[in-house]
Amino acid sequence: MSVAAAATEQTWVYALRLGDDALVLAQRLGEWSASAPELEEDMALSNIALDLLGQARTLLTRAGELEGAGRDEDALAYLRNEREFLNVLLVEQDNGDFAQTIVRQLLFSAYQHELYGALRASTDPVLAGVAGKAVKEVAYHRDHALTWTLRLGDGTDESRARMQRALERLWPYAGELFEADALTDRLAADGVAVDPAALRPAWEAFVLDALARATLTLPQDDWHPTGGRAGRHEEALGLLLAELQHVHRSHPGATW
Amino acid sequence: MVSVQERLERVQELVAAVPDPEIPVVTIEDLGILRDVAATYDGRIVVTLTPTYSGCPAIDPIRNDVERAVSDAGIADVEVRLQLAPAWTTDWLSQPGRAKLEAYGIAPPAPVAGSGCPIVDSTPRCPRCGSRDTRLLSRFGATPCQAQHACNDCLEPFDAFKSL
Repeated sequence: MSVAAAATEQTWVYALRLGDDALVLAQRLGEWSASAPELEEDMALSNIALDLLGQARTLLTRAGELEGAGRDEDALAYLRNEREFLNVLLVEQDNGDFAQTIVRQLLFSAYQHELYGALRASTDPVLAGVAGKAVKEVAYHRDHALTWTLRLGDGTDESRARMQRALERLWPYAGELFEADALTDRLAADGVAVDPAALRPAWEAFVLDALARATLTLPQDDWHPTGGRAGRHEEALGLLLAELQHVHRSHPGATW
Repeated sequence: MVSVQERLERVQELVAAVPDPEIPVVTIEDLGILRDVAATYDGRIVVTLTPTYSGCPAIDPIRNDVERAVSDAGIADVEVRLQLAPAWTTDWLSQPGRAKLEAYGIAPPAPVAGSGCPIVDSTPRCPRCGSRDTRLLSRFGATPCQAQHACNDCLEPFDAFKSL
């Protein structure tokens, strides 16, 4: 394989990783439609999901083009199995209560904001184009999560306890966001990708400040579940994909 | 035989008048979604559109409306392209577009340029009574591009275009 062909092969996997993060979180947030604590939140979480879905569509389309095997966004979203999804474990975690959804949003949107900010300089024009649009959308997602983190964390005993519990539950999953591997090393050196580890300082500055202002306590940094980028997931993803994919798989080729 | 220049001008006129499907008082030109109408060397005409938000569902209907506006006028060989970069910004809304939005009951967006961050914390003027004493209800509204506010004077809730 030529050097250029190898780089293209890795870029499609990278686009797939980022696309899967956005797709899986969009699906999760969509579960709140019509059942959020208040009407404004139904709309907010659905709007955030819609932004993420739009990002996912462009990223998966790009992944399919670079792969060159004729798979479009639908083939990649609906016709892959669990082990072929490359999203981080954080985005597949259950919504839990509203506090758990907000903590997941805080951790992930702060990461995605740094990621897209840096990815605007990608040498891949589609990745750079998606990032340029998405960084502005994610600024709103992050602001939404921050507002709720402050309100619930520095709120009642009940809301604070729930936020702290959610933070204990989800904090370990944050480590995987910043894991570099041979693929990101290679693509970052080529200017295609962003080195995930390089995003951590800015992310930490934002998140730790938010948690401190919300009077929440940083959990012990002990175990780091990982494996999503290699297709090793928790049970939750299989159930999510079943709901996401079943109509498409039950009625192949159906259109309306 | 109609010249390429005449066809180009006719297409420009037709597509500039296509209304936004979600906020039909403004056109896609007013919103800055219509980026370019140009002729290629072989006489085809290319219409370039840019989506507002990544997931905005209006972009497919807009594309169809543009194609229909042109084909209904009997003009062939027109191609519609979508372009992501440079990313759409509310700074591209035209002055007439801003006035039409406000008359329709949607507060127009504050300018973003130079602020470095799309979130601009200005309090929009109430499009119903004109009061500056308004508050934010939610950063997310009925469409991806709108937020919900309320007026402290006339007490009516209203939508405002988010700065992006």
